[in-house]
Amino acid sequence: MTMARDDAPPATAKDDDVRAAAASLGEGTGEQLIGRSVTINRPRAELFAYWRDFANLPSFMENVERIDTLSPARSHWVVRAPAGRTVEWDATITEEREGEFIAWASEEGADVPNSGTIAFRDAGDRGTIVTVTIVYDPPFGIIGKVIAKLFQREPAIQARRDLRRFKQLMETGEVATAAWTRKQLEEEKA
Amino acid sequence: MRALAWHGKHDVRVDTVDDPEILNPRDAIIKITSTAICGSDLHLYDGYIPTMRAGDILGHEFMGEVVETGPKSTLVKGQRVVVPFTIACGSCYHCGKHQYSACDNGNPADNQDIGQELYGQPMSGLFGYSHLTGGYAGGQAEYVRVPFSDVGPIVIPDGLEDDEVLFLSDILPTGWQAAENADIEPGDTVAVWGCGPVGLFAVQSAFLMGAARVIAIDHFPRRLELAKRFGAETINFEESKTYEALMEMTGGIGPDAVIDAVGLEAHGFFVDNVIDQIKASTFLGTDRIHSIRQAIVACRKGGRVSMPAVYGGFVDKFPLGALMEKGLTLKTGQTSVQHYMPGLLNAIVEGKIDTTFLISHRMALEDAPKGYKMFHDNQNEATKIVLKPGLAPETALAAE
Repeated sequence: MTMARDDAPPATAKDDDVRAAAASLGEGTGEQLIGRSVTINRPRAELFAYWRDFANLPSFMENVERIDTLSPARSHWVVRAPAGRTVEWDATITEEREGEFIAWASEEGADVPNSGTIAFRDAGDRGTIVTVTIVYDPPFGIIGKVIAKLFQREPAIQARRDLRRFKQLMETGEVATAAWTRKQLEEEKA
Repeated sequence: MRALAWHGKHDVRVDTVDDPEILNPRDAIIKITSTAICGSDLHLYDGYIPTMRAGDILGHEFMGEVVETGPKSTLVKGQRVVVPFTIACGSCYHCGKHQYSACDNGNPADNQDIGQELYGQPMSGLFGYSHLTGGYAGGQAEYVRVPFSDVGPIVIPDGLEDDEVLFLSDILPTGWQAAENADIEPGDTVAVWGCGPVGLFAVQSAFLMGAARVIAIDHFPRRLELAKRFGAETINFEESKTYEALMEMTGGIGPDAVIDAVGLEAHGFFVDNVIDQIKASTFLGTDRIHSIRQAIVACRKGGRVSMPAVYGGFVDKFPLGALMEKGLTLKTGQTSVQHYMPGLLNAIVEGKIDTTFLISHRMALEDAPKGYKMFHDNQNEATKIVLKPGLAPETALAAE
Protein backbone atom coordinates (compact mmCIF):
# COMPACT_ATOMS: atom_id res chain seq x y z
CA MET A 1 0.00 0.00 0.00
CA THR A 2 1.43 3.34 -1.00
CA MET A 3 0.58 6.60 0.70
CA ALA A 4 -2.69 8.20 -0.28
CA ARG A 5 -2.40 10.70 -3.14
CA ASP A 6 -2.33 14.43 -2.44
CA ASP A 7 -5.39 16.61 -2.92
CA ALA A 8 -4.56 17.68 -6.49
CA PRO A 9 -6.87 16.38 -9.25
CA PRO A 10 -5.78 13.01 -10.75
CA ALA A 11 -5.27 14.55 -14.20
CA THR A 12 -2.43 16.68 -12.82
CA ALA A 13 -0.41 13.67 -11.58
CA LYS A 14 3.27 13.69 -12.56
CA ASP A 15 3.61 9.93 -12.87
CA ASP A 16 2.42 8.06 -15.92
CA ASP A 17 0.24 5.70 -13.95
CA VAL A 18 -2.94 6.93 -15.55
CA ARG A 19 -4.78 3.73 -14.64
CA ALA A 20 -4.25 4.35 -10.93
CA ALA A 21 -5.44 7.90 -11.27
CA ALA A 22 -8.33 6.88 -13.47
CA ALA A 23 -9.36 4.23 -10.96
CA SER A 24 -10.39 7.01 -8.63
CA LEU A 25 -13.06 7.89 -11.17
CA GLY A 26 -14.78 4.52 -10.72
CA GLU A 27 -16.04 3.95 -14.25
CA GLY A 28 -12.75 4.94 -15.87
CA THR A 29 -11.02 2.66 -18.33
CA GLY A 30 -8.51 3.74 -20.93
CA GLU A 31 -4.96 4.86 -21.53
CA GLN A 32 -5.41 8.63 -21.72
CA LEU A 33 -6.76 10.95 -19.06
CA ILE A 34 -7.86 14.55 -19.54
CA GLY A 35 -8.98 16.80 -16.72
CA ARG A 36 -9.81 20.45 -17.14
CA SER A 37 -11.64 23.04 -15.05
CA VAL A 38 -13.04 26.39 -16.05
CA THR A 39 -14.92 29.00 -14.01
CA ILE A 40 -17.98 30.40 -15.73
CA ASN A 41 -19.75 33.51 -14.47
CA ARG A 42 -23.27 32.03 -14.72
CA PRO A 43 -25.53 30.08 -12.32
CA ARG A 44 -24.92 26.34 -11.93
CA ALA A 45 -28.46 25.30 -12.94
CA GLU A 46 -28.30 27.22 -16.21
CA LEU A 47 -24.97 25.67 -17.23
CA PHE A 48 -26.13 22.17 -16.30
CA ALA A 49 -29.35 22.52 -18.29
CA TYR A 50 -27.53 23.71 -21.41
CA TRP A 51 -24.99 20.88 -21.26
CA ARG A 52 -27.58 18.19 -20.45
CA ASP A 53 -29.30 18.87 -23.79
CA PHE A 54 -26.65 17.09 -25.85
CA ALA A 55 -27.95 18.61 -29.08
CA ASN A 56 -26.41 21.89 -27.82
CA LEU A 57 -22.88 20.54 -27.54
CA PRO A 58 -21.83 20.92 -31.22
CA SER A 59 -22.36 24.69 -30.88
CA PHE A 60 -19.08 24.92 -28.96
CA MET A 61 -17.42 21.49 -29.47
CA GLU A 62 -15.53 22.10 -32.68
CA ASN A 63 -14.85 18.44 -33.55
CA VAL A 64 -18.33 17.17 -32.86
CA GLU A 65 -20.24 17.00 -36.10
CA ARG A 66 -23.53 16.01 -34.49
CA ILE A 67 -25.11 14.26 -31.53
CA ASP A 68 -28.38 12.35 -31.94
CA THR A 69 -30.44 11.81 -28.83
CA LEU A 70 -31.60 8.17 -28.81
CA SER A 71 -33.33 8.25 -25.42
CA PRO A 72 -33.01 10.43 -22.28
CA ALA A 73 -29.94 8.43 -21.26
CA ARG A 74 -28.49 7.38 -24.63
CA SER A 75 -26.95 9.41 -27.46
CA HIS A 76 -25.09 8.77 -30.72
CA TRP A 77 -21.91 10.81 -31.33
CA VAL A 78 -20.34 11.61 -34.71
CA VAL A 79 -16.91 13.22 -34.26
CA ARG A 80 -14.40 14.52 -36.82
CA ALA A 81 -11.04 12.73 -36.86
CA PRO A 82 -7.80 13.52 -38.75
CA ALA A 83 -7.66 13.22 -42.54
CA GLY A 84 -11.35 13.91 -43.11
CA ARG A 85 -12.52 10.77 -41.32
CA THR A 86 -15.17 10.59 -38.65
CA VAL A 87 -15.44 8.31 -35.62
CA GLU A 88 -18.75 7.31 -34.02
CA TRP A 89 -20.06 5.78 -30.83
CA ASP A 90 -23.12 5.41 -28.66
CA ALA A 91 -22.87 6.79 -25.15
CA THR A 92 -24.95 6.08 -22.06
CA ILE A 93 -25.36 8.25 -19.00
CA THR A 94 -24.24 6.07 -16.12
CA GLU A 95 -24.95 8.51 -13.32
CA GLU A 96 -26.61 11.89 -13.05
CA ARG A 97 -27.33 14.33 -10.25
CA GLU A 98 -29.55 17.21 -11.33
CA GLY A 99 -27.61 20.46 -11.51
CA GLU A 100 -24.38 18.88 -10.30
CA PHE A 101 -22.96 15.95 -12.14
CA ILE A 102 -23.16 13.80 -15.28
CA ALA A 103 -21.13 10.60 -15.86
CA TRP A 104 -21.14 8.77 -19.17
CA ALA A 105 -19.48 5.79 -20.85
CA SER A 106 -19.36 4.68 -24.46
CA GLU A 107 -21.09 1.43 -25.33
CA GLU A 108 -19.63 -1.77 -26.80
CA GLY A 109 -18.19 -1.30 -30.30
CA ALA A 110 -17.20 2.37 -29.96
CA ASP A 111 -14.56 3.61 -32.46
CA VAL A 112 -12.96 5.48 -29.55
CA PRO A 113 -13.84 3.87 -26.20
CA ASN A 114 -14.32 6.70 -23.70
CA SER A 115 -15.92 7.59 -20.44
CA GLY A 116 -16.00 10.67 -18.31
CA THR A 117 -17.66 13.04 -15.94
CA ILE A 118 -18.68 16.66 -15.92
CA ALA A 119 -19.21 18.33 -12.57
CA PHE A 120 -20.70 21.74 -11.74
CA ARG A 121 -19.80 23.38 -8.41
CA ASP A 122 -20.85 26.77 -7.03
CA ALA A 123 -18.03 29.32 -6.92
CA GLY A 124 -19.71 32.14 -5.01
CA ASP A 125 -19.62 35.49 -6.82
CA ARG A 126 -17.40 33.97 -9.50
CA GLY A 127 -20.17 31.73 -10.83
CA THR A 128 -19.67 28.01 -11.33
CA ILE A 129 -16.60 25.79 -11.60
CA VAL A 130 -17.07 23.28 -14.40
CA THR A 131 -14.73 20.27 -14.38
CA VAL A 132 -14.55 17.80 -17.22
CA THR A 133 -12.68 14.52 -16.84
CA ILE A 134 -12.35 12.14 -19.78
CA VAL A 135 -10.65 8.76 -20.00
CA TYR A 136 -10.23 7.31 -23.48
CA ASP A 137 -8.31 4.92 -25.70
CA PRO A 138 -6.89 6.74 -28.72
CA PRO A 139 -7.77 5.06 -32.01
CA PHE A 140 -4.69 3.30 -33.45
CA GLY A 141 -2.91 3.70 -30.10
CA ILE A 142 -0.03 6.09 -29.72
CA ILE A 143 0.39 6.60 -33.48
CA GLY A 144 -3.20 7.75 -33.62
CA LYS A 145 -2.49 10.22 -30.84
CA VAL A 146 0.50 11.67 -32.68
CA ILE A 147 -1.51 12.01 -35.90
CA ALA A 148 -4.37 13.63 -34.01
CA LYS A 149 -1.93 16.14 -32.52
CA LEU A 150 -0.56 17.00 -35.97
CA PHE A 151 -4.07 17.75 -37.15
CA GLN A 152 -4.89 19.74 -33.97
CA ARG A 153 -7.56 17.22 -33.13
CA GLU A 154 -5.76 15.97 -30.05
CA PRO A 155 -8.47 15.51 -27.41
CA ALA A 156 -6.60 17.32 -24.61
CA ILE A 157 -6.18 20.45 -26.77
CA GLN A 158 -9.75 20.16 -28.01
CA ALA A 159 -11.17 19.77 -24.50
CA ARG A 160 -9.39 22.95 -23.38
CA ARG A 161 -10.63 24.92 -26.38
CA ASP A 162 -14.16 23.51 -26.17
CA LEU A 163 -14.44 24.56 -22.53
CA ARG A 164 -13.29 28.08 -23.43
CA ARG A 165 -15.95 28.24 -26.14
CA PHE A 166 -18.58 26.92 -23.70
CA LYS A 167 -17.58 29.71 -21.29
CA GLN A 168 -17.74 32.35 -24.06
CA LEU A 169 -21.15 31.18 -25.20
CA MET A 170 -22.59 31.08 -21.68
CA GLU A 171 -21.06 34.38 -20.51
CA THR A 172 -21.38 36.49 -23.66
CA GLY A 173 -24.03 34.75 -25.77
CA GLU A 174 -21.59 34.18 -28.62
CA VAL A 175 -18.35 32.42 -29.53
CA ALA A 176 -15.52 34.90 -30.13
CA THR A 177 -13.97 34.95 -33.60
CA ALA A 178 -11.35 37.12 -35.26
CA ALA A 179 -12.77 36.42 -38.72
CA TRP A 180 -14.16 39.46 -40.51
CA THR A 181 -16.10 37.80 -43.31
CA ARG A 182 -18.63 34.94 -43.28
CA LYS A 183 -16.39 33.02 -45.65
CA GLN A 184 -13.46 33.18 -43.21
CA LEU A 185 -15.73 32.11 -40.37
CA GLU A 186 -16.90 29.05 -42.30
CA GLU A 187 -13.32 28.11 -43.19
CA GLU A 188 -12.41 28.40 -39.50
CA LYS A 189 -15.16 25.99 -38.51
CA ALA A 190 -14.43 23.44 -41.27
CA MET B 1 -11.95 47.86 -48.85
CA ARG B 2 -8.43 49.26 -48.53
CA ALA B 3 -6.43 48.26 -45.45
CA LEU B 4 -2.87 48.50 -44.16
CA ALA B 5 -1.46 44.98 -43.94
CA TRP B 6 1.74 43.66 -42.36
CA HIS B 7 3.88 41.57 -44.70
CA GLY B 8 7.11 41.26 -42.73
CA LYS B 9 9.80 43.29 -41.00
CA HIS B 10 9.67 46.88 -42.31
CA ASP B 11 7.17 45.80 -44.97
CA VAL B 12 3.63 47.16 -44.65
CA ARG B 13 1.35 47.73 -47.65
CA VAL B 14 -2.11 49.06 -48.36
CA ASP B 15 -4.00 46.09 -49.85
CA THR B 16 -7.50 45.59 -51.21
CA VAL B 17 -9.30 43.04 -49.01
CA ASP B 18 -12.89 41.89 -48.39
CA ASP B 19 -15.19 44.25 -46.49
CA PRO B 20 -16.00 43.16 -42.92
CA GLU B 21 -19.41 41.68 -42.11
CA ILE B 22 -21.52 41.25 -38.97
CA LEU B 23 -20.72 37.75 -37.68
CA ASN B 24 -21.92 37.75 -34.07
CA PRO B 25 -25.01 39.34 -32.49
CA ARG B 26 -23.07 41.97 -30.53
CA ASP B 27 -20.93 43.10 -33.51
CA ALA B 28 -20.93 46.48 -35.21
CA ILE B 29 -19.19 47.65 -38.38
CA ILE B 30 -17.43 51.01 -38.11
CA LYS B 31 -16.45 53.21 -41.05
CA ILE B 32 -13.08 54.60 -39.99
CA THR B 33 -12.65 58.39 -40.05
CA SER B 34 -9.37 58.64 -38.10
CA THR B 35 -6.78 56.06 -37.04
CA ALA B 36 -3.35 56.60 -35.54
CA ILE B 37 -0.04 54.78 -35.79
CA CYS B 38 1.01 53.77 -32.28
CA GLY B 39 4.53 53.37 -30.90
CA SER B 40 3.62 49.75 -30.24
CA ASP B 41 2.84 49.36 -33.98
CA LEU B 42 6.56 49.99 -34.43
CA HIS B 43 7.25 46.85 -32.35
CA LEU B 44 5.29 44.93 -35.02
CA TYR B 45 7.00 46.89 -37.82
CA ASP B 46 10.41 46.00 -36.40
CA GLY B 47 9.45 42.33 -36.10
CA TYR B 48 9.71 42.10 -32.29
CA ILE B 49 6.27 40.61 -31.67
CA PRO B 50 5.86 36.91 -32.52
CA THR B 51 2.79 35.29 -34.15
CA MET B 52 2.31 37.91 -36.87
CA ARG B 53 1.18 36.55 -40.24
CA ALA B 54 1.52 38.14 -43.68
CA GLY B 55 -1.71 39.96 -44.47
CA ASP B 56 -2.62 40.84 -40.87
CA ILE B 57 -4.37 44.22 -40.81
CA LEU B 58 -2.79 46.60 -38.30
CA GLY B 59 -4.18 49.45 -36.23
CA HIS B 60 -5.60 49.59 -32.71
CA GLU B 61 -6.23 53.34 -32.30
CA PHE B 62 -9.26 54.23 -34.34
CA MET B 63 -12.67 55.88 -34.45
CA GLY B 64 -15.42 56.34 -36.95
CA GLU B 65 -19.07 56.13 -37.81
CA VAL B 66 -21.38 53.19 -37.05
CA VAL B 67 -22.62 51.84 -40.40
CA GLU B 68 -24.02 48.43 -39.42
CA THR B 69 -25.09 46.76 -36.18
CA GLY B 70 -25.82 43.22 -35.02
CA PRO B 71 -29.13 42.47 -33.23
CA LYS B 72 -27.52 42.72 -29.75
CA SER B 73 -25.44 45.83 -30.41
CA THR B 74 -26.55 48.91 -28.50
CA LEU B 75 -25.04 51.28 -31.07
CA VAL B 76 -27.12 53.13 -33.66
CA LYS B 77 -26.20 53.75 -37.27
CA GLY B 78 -24.70 57.19 -37.78
CA GLN B 79 -23.24 57.49 -34.25
CA ARG B 80 -19.62 58.59 -33.97
CA VAL B 81 -17.61 56.31 -31.70
CA VAL B 82 -14.08 55.83 -30.41
CA VAL B 83 -13.18 52.14 -30.05
CA PRO B 84 -10.93 50.81 -27.24
CA PHE B 85 -7.94 48.79 -28.43
CA THR B 86 -8.73 46.07 -25.86
CA ILE B 87 -11.57 43.71 -26.82
CA ALA B 88 -13.60 42.97 -23.68
CA CYS B 89 -16.88 41.08 -23.27
CA GLY B 90 -18.24 43.00 -20.28
CA SER B 91 -19.71 39.83 -18.75
CA CYS B 92 -16.84 37.74 -17.34
CA TYR B 93 -15.49 37.99 -13.78
CA HIS B 94 -12.62 40.29 -14.77
CA CYS B 95 -14.82 42.68 -16.73
CA GLY B 96 -17.11 42.75 -13.66
CA LYS B 97 -14.13 44.08 -11.69
CA HIS B 98 -13.38 46.59 -14.48
CA GLN B 99 -10.17 44.70 -15.31
CA TYR B 100 -11.20 44.88 -18.96
CA SER B 101 -7.74 44.17 -20.33
CA ALA B 102 -7.85 40.83 -18.48
CA CYS B 103 -11.14 39.82 -20.14
CA ASP B 104 -11.48 36.02 -20.41
CA ASN B 105 -13.52 36.01 -23.61
CA GLY B 106 -12.17 38.66 -25.98
CA ASN B 107 -9.60 36.28 -27.45
CA PRO B 108 -10.89 33.40 -29.65
CA ALA B 109 -10.45 29.97 -27.97
CA ASP B 110 -7.81 28.61 -30.35
CA ASN B 111 -5.61 31.72 -30.03
CA GLN B 112 -5.63 31.45 -26.23
CA ASP B 113 -3.28 28.44 -26.32
CA ILE B 114 -0.12 30.50 -26.96
CA GLY B 115 -0.73 32.93 -24.11
CA GLN B 116 -1.62 30.07 -21.78
CA GLU B 117 1.71 28.37 -22.54
CA LEU B 118 3.77 31.57 -22.51
CA TYR B 119 2.23 33.44 -19.57
CA GLY B 120 0.28 30.85 -17.57
CA GLN B 121 -3.09 32.36 -18.47
CA PRO B 122 -4.30 33.46 -21.89
CA MET B 123 -4.33 37.14 -22.82
CA SER B 124 -7.38 39.05 -23.90
CA GLY B 125 -8.04 40.12 -27.46
CA LEU B 126 -6.60 43.29 -28.98
CA PHE B 127 -7.22 44.84 -32.38
CA GLY B 128 -4.48 44.49 -34.97
CA TYR B 129 -1.82 43.12 -32.66
CA SER B 130 -0.64 39.59 -33.55
CA HIS B 131 -2.33 36.25 -33.08
CA LEU B 132 -1.17 36.07 -29.47
CA THR B 133 -3.95 38.56 -28.74
CA GLY B 134 -6.55 37.13 -31.07
CA GLY B 135 -5.48 37.90 -34.63
CA TYR B 136 -8.23 40.53 -34.98
CA ALA B 137 -8.13 42.78 -38.04
CA GLY B 138 -7.22 46.31 -36.97
CA GLY B 139 -8.52 49.77 -37.76
CA GLN B 140 -5.93 51.12 -40.19
CA ALA B 141 -8.52 50.38 -42.84
CA GLU B 142 -11.68 51.81 -44.33
CA TYR B 143 -13.92 49.58 -42.21
CA VAL B 144 -13.55 47.33 -39.18
CA ARG B 145 -15.65 44.69 -37.45
CA VAL B 146 -15.97 45.54 -33.73
CA PRO B 147 -17.03 42.63 -31.48
CA PHE B 148 -18.88 43.32 -28.19
CA SER B 149 -19.85 46.73 -29.55
CA ASP B 150 -22.32 47.15 -26.67
CA VAL B 151 -19.39 47.30 -24.22
CA GLY B 152 -16.35 48.92 -25.87
CA PRO B 153 -17.07 51.89 -28.12
CA ILE B 154 -17.90 55.25 -26.55
CA VAL B 155 -20.31 57.59 -28.33
CA ILE B 156 -18.82 61.04 -28.99
CA PRO B 157 -21.05 64.07 -28.45
CA ASP B 158 -21.42 66.59 -31.28
CA GLY B 159 -18.99 69.47 -31.36
CA LEU B 160 -15.83 67.48 -30.68
CA GLU B 161 -13.34 66.96 -33.51
CA ASP B 162 -11.84 63.52 -34.25
CA ASP B 163 -8.39 64.80 -33.29
CA GLU B 164 -9.60 65.79 -29.82
CA VAL B 165 -11.00 62.36 -28.89
CA LEU B 166 -9.15 59.78 -31.03
CA PHE B 167 -6.56 59.09 -28.32
CA LEU B 168 -9.25 57.81 -25.95
CA SER B 169 -8.74 54.53 -27.84
CA ASP B 170 -5.36 53.77 -26.27
CA ILE B 171 -2.61 56.24 -25.43
CA LEU B 172 -4.57 58.70 -23.25
CA PRO B 173 -6.06 55.99 -20.97
CA THR B 174 -2.69 54.21 -21.05
CA GLY B 175 -0.89 57.33 -19.82
CA TRP B 176 -3.61 57.89 -17.22
CA GLN B 177 -3.48 54.28 -15.97
CA ALA B 178 0.32 54.58 -15.80
CA ALA B 179 -0.02 57.54 -13.43
CA GLU B 180 -2.79 55.81 -11.46
CA ASN B 181 -0.58 52.71 -11.08
CA ALA B 182 2.11 54.97 -9.60
CA ASP B 183 -0.24 55.65 -6.62
CA ILE B 184 0.76 59.30 -6.63
CA GLU B 185 0.45 61.18 -3.35
CA PRO B 186 0.20 64.98 -3.16
CA GLY B 187 3.65 66.51 -3.23
CA ASP B 188 5.30 63.52 -4.91
CA THR B 189 8.13 63.71 -7.41
CA VAL B 190 7.43 61.39 -10.34
CA ALA B 191 10.00 60.40 -12.99
CA VAL B 192 8.80 59.34 -16.43
CA TRP B 193 11.06 57.45 -18.83
CA GLY B 194 10.07 58.08 -22.44
CA CYS B 195 8.29 61.17 -23.79
CA GLY B 196 6.36 59.43 -26.49
CA PRO B 197 2.58 59.85 -26.45
CA VAL B 198 2.04 57.59 -23.43
CA GLY B 199 4.82 59.29 -21.48
CA LEU B 200 3.47 62.75 -22.31
CA PHE B 201 -0.05 61.78 -21.23
CA ALA B 202 1.44 60.25 -18.07
CA VAL B 203 3.12 63.62 -17.37
CA GLN B 204 -0.21 65.46 -17.66
CA SER B 205 -2.02 62.80 -15.63
CA ALA B 206 0.58 62.81 -12.85
CA PHE B 207 0.14 66.56 -12.35
CA LEU B 208 -3.67 66.17 -12.33
CA MET B 209 -3.26 63.50 -9.63
CA GLY B 210 -1.33 65.86 -7.39
CA ALA B 211 2.34 65.35 -8.21
CA ALA B 212 4.40 68.39 -7.22
CA ARG B 213 7.15 67.65 -9.72
CA VAL B 214 7.43 65.49 -12.80
CA ILE B 215 10.83 64.74 -14.31
CA ALA B 216 10.70 63.58 -17.93
CA ILE B 217 13.55 61.57 -19.48
CA ASP B 218 14.21 61.17 -23.21
CA HIS B 219 16.79 62.06 -25.84
CA PHE B 220 14.58 63.64 -28.52
CA PRO B 221 14.67 67.44 -27.96
CA ARG B 222 11.26 67.97 -29.57
CA ARG B 223 9.65 65.46 -27.22
CA LEU B 224 11.35 66.90 -24.14
CA GLU B 225 10.10 70.32 -25.22
CA LEU B 226 6.52 69.00 -25.25
CA ALA B 227 6.99 67.57 -21.73
CA LYS B 228 8.29 70.94 -20.60
CA ARG B 229 5.17 72.60 -22.02
CA PHE B 230 3.13 70.64 -19.45
CA GLY B 231 5.36 71.70 -16.59
CA ALA B 232 7.80 68.80 -16.43
CA GLU B 233 11.51 69.19 -15.70
CA THR B 234 13.63 67.32 -18.22
CA ILE B 235 16.68 65.07 -18.43
CA ASN B 236 18.21 64.42 -21.83
CA PHE B 237 20.08 61.15 -21.28
CA GLU B 238 22.52 62.00 -24.05
CA GLU B 239 23.56 65.12 -22.18
CA SER B 240 23.30 64.04 -18.54
CA LYS B 241 23.75 60.88 -16.47
CA THR B 242 20.17 59.92 -15.66
CA TYR B 243 20.64 58.23 -12.27
CA GLU B 244 23.00 60.91 -10.99
CA ALA B 245 20.73 63.69 -12.25
CA LEU B 246 17.65 62.15 -10.60
CA MET B 247 19.45 61.74 -7.30
CA GLU B 248 20.68 65.34 -7.34
CA MET B 249 17.31 66.72 -8.43
CA THR B 250 15.60 64.89 -5.52
CA GLY B 251 18.15 65.76 -2.84
CA GLY B 252 19.60 62.27 -2.80
CA ILE B 253 16.27 60.54 -2.12
CA GLY B 254 15.22 59.37 -5.57
CA PRO B 255 11.79 59.86 -7.18
CA ASP B 256 8.77 58.71 -5.12
CA ALA B 257 7.31 57.00 -8.16
CA VAL B 258 8.81 56.00 -11.49
CA ILE B 259 7.02 55.29 -14.77
CA ASP B 260 8.59 53.31 -17.61
CA ALA B 261 6.86 54.48 -20.78
CA VAL B 262 9.58 53.20 -23.10
CA GLY B 263 9.21 49.47 -23.37
CA LEU B 264 10.92 46.80 -25.30
CA GLU B 265 12.70 48.96 -27.84
CA ALA B 266 14.72 51.12 -25.48
CA HIS B 267 17.16 53.25 -27.43
CA GLY B 268 20.63 54.25 -26.37
CA PHE B 269 23.99 52.57 -26.34
CA PHE B 270 24.43 51.49 -22.77
CA VAL B 271 26.42 48.35 -22.16
CA ASP B 272 23.49 46.25 -20.92
CA ASN B 273 21.38 47.51 -23.84
CA VAL B 274 23.96 46.45 -26.40
CA ILE B 275 24.11 42.99 -24.84
CA ASP B 276 20.31 42.86 -24.99
CA GLN B 277 20.40 43.78 -28.68
CA ILE B 278 22.84 41.00 -29.45
CA LYS B 279 20.67 38.55 -27.54
CA ALA B 280 17.49 39.78 -29.21
CA SER B 281 19.01 39.39 -32.65
CA THR B 282 20.14 35.86 -31.82
CA PHE B 283 16.82 34.98 -30.12
CA LEU B 284 18.55 34.34 -26.78
CA GLY B 285 16.43 36.99 -25.15
CA THR B 286 13.50 38.92 -26.56
CA ASP B 287 13.22 42.15 -24.62
CA ARG B 288 15.60 45.10 -24.27
CA ILE B 289 14.89 46.59 -20.89
CA HIS B 290 17.31 49.34 -20.02
CA SER B 291 14.61 51.83 -19.00
CA ILE B 292 12.86 49.61 -16.46
CA ARG B 293 16.21 48.62 -14.91
CA GLN B 294 17.18 52.24 -14.53
CA ALA B 295 13.75 53.21 -13.17
CA ILE B 296 13.90 50.53 -10.46
CA VAL B 297 17.42 51.49 -9.44
CA ALA B 298 16.58 55.22 -9.29
CA CYS B 299 13.27 54.85 -7.40
CA ARG B 300 13.35 55.85 -3.72
CA LYS B 301 13.08 53.20 -1.00
CA GLY B 302 9.46 52.17 -0.49
CA GLY B 303 8.52 53.84 -3.77
CA ARG B 304 6.29 52.74 -6.61
CA VAL B 305 7.15 51.46 -10.08
CA SER B 306 4.57 51.73 -12.85
CA MET B 307 5.25 49.99 -16.14
CA PRO B 308 2.81 50.84 -18.96
CA ALA B 309 5.55 49.92 -21.45
CA VAL B 310 5.00 46.82 -23.56
CA TYR B 311 7.14 43.77 -22.81
CA GLY B 312 6.47 40.42 -24.43
CA GLY B 313 8.94 37.83 -23.30
CA PHE B 314 11.76 36.98 -20.95
CA VAL B 315 14.56 39.12 -19.62
CA ASP B 316 17.66 38.67 -17.56
CA LYS B 317 19.66 41.04 -15.39
CA PHE B 318 16.35 42.28 -14.00
CA PRO B 319 17.17 44.08 -10.70
CA LEU B 320 15.01 41.84 -8.56
CA GLY B 321 17.25 42.50 -5.55
CA ALA B 322 16.64 46.27 -5.75
CA LEU B 323 12.89 45.66 -6.00
CA MET B 324 12.95 43.55 -2.84
CA GLU B 325 15.58 45.30 -0.72
CA LYS B 326 14.05 48.74 -1.31
CA GLY B 327 10.51 47.46 -0.79
CA LEU B 328 9.17 48.73 -4.10
CA THR B 329 5.70 48.10 -5.50
CA LEU B 330 5.45 47.21 -9.20
CA LYS B 331 2.21 47.68 -11.13
CA THR B 332 1.73 47.10 -14.82
CA GLY B 333 -0.60 45.65 -17.47
CA GLN B 334 -2.40 46.37 -20.68
CA THR B 335 -4.82 49.24 -20.25
CA SER B 336 -8.42 48.69 -19.15
CA VAL B 337 -9.51 51.35 -21.65
CA GLN B 338 -13.26 50.84 -21.13
CA HIS B 339 -12.86 51.73 -17.43
CA TYR B 340 -11.23 55.11 -18.10
CA MET B 341 -12.99 56.32 -21.26
CA PRO B 342 -16.02 58.14 -19.76
CA GLY B 343 -13.98 60.08 -17.19
CA LEU B 344 -11.32 61.04 -19.70
CA LEU B 345 -13.89 62.12 -22.29
CA ASN B 346 -15.21 64.51 -19.61
CA ALA B 347 -11.69 65.74 -18.90
CA ILE B 348 -11.31 66.55 -22.61
CA VAL B 349 -14.67 68.33 -22.74
CA GLU B 350 -13.74 70.36 -19.65
CA GLY B 351 -10.37 71.25 -21.14
CA LYS B 352 -8.35 69.61 -18.35
CA ILE B 353 -6.36 67.42 -20.74
CA ASP B 354 -4.86 68.58 -24.03
CA THR B 355 -4.71 65.89 -26.72
CA THR B 356 -4.26 67.60 -30.08
CA PHE B 357 -0.78 69.00 -29.27
CA LEU B 358 0.60 65.54 -29.99
CA ILE B 359 -0.34 65.25 -33.66
CA SER B 360 2.57 66.10 -35.92
CA HIS B 361 1.24 64.68 -39.20
CA ARG B 362 -2.07 63.85 -40.82
CA MET B 363 -2.06 61.76 -43.98
CA ALA B 364 -4.17 59.54 -46.20
CA LEU B 365 -4.58 55.85 -45.38
CA GLU B 366 -3.01 55.17 -48.79
CA ASP B 367 0.18 56.86 -47.54
CA ALA B 368 0.37 54.72 -44.37
CA PRO B 369 3.56 52.86 -45.43
CA LYS B 370 5.30 56.24 -45.71
CA GLY B 371 3.89 57.14 -42.33
CA TYR B 372 5.35 54.02 -40.73
CA LYS B 373 8.76 54.75 -42.19
CA MET B 374 8.63 58.38 -41.07
CA PHE B 375 7.48 57.47 -37.54
CA HIS B 376 10.21 54.82 -37.36
CA ASP B 377 13.06 56.93 -38.75
CA ASN B 378 12.28 60.34 -37.31
CA GLN B 379 10.86 60.08 -33.81
CA ASN B 380 12.00 63.57 -32.97
CA GLU B 381 9.70 65.28 -35.51
CA ALA B 382 7.03 62.60 -35.94
CA THR B 383 5.40 62.59 -32.51
CA LYS B 384 2.07 61.21 -33.74
CA ILE B 385 0.75 60.35 -37.19
CA VAL B 386 -2.99 60.22 -37.79
CA LEU B 387 -4.29 58.45 -40.91
CA LYS B 388 -7.51 59.65 -42.52
CA PRO B 389 -9.09 57.18 -44.95
CA GLY B 390 -11.13 60.10 -46.33
CA LEU B 391 -8.07 62.07 -47.45
CA ALA B 392 -6.69 61.81 -50.98
CA PRO B 393 -3.19 60.27 -51.12
CA GLU B 394 -0.01 62.37 -51.20
CA THR B 395 -1.55 65.09 -49.08
CA ALA B 396 0.56 64.79 -45.99
CA LEU B 397 -0.11 67.91 -43.98
CA ALA B 398 2.08 69.20 -41.26
CA ALA B 399 -0.04 69.99 -38.23
CA GLU B 400 1.40 73.33 -37.40
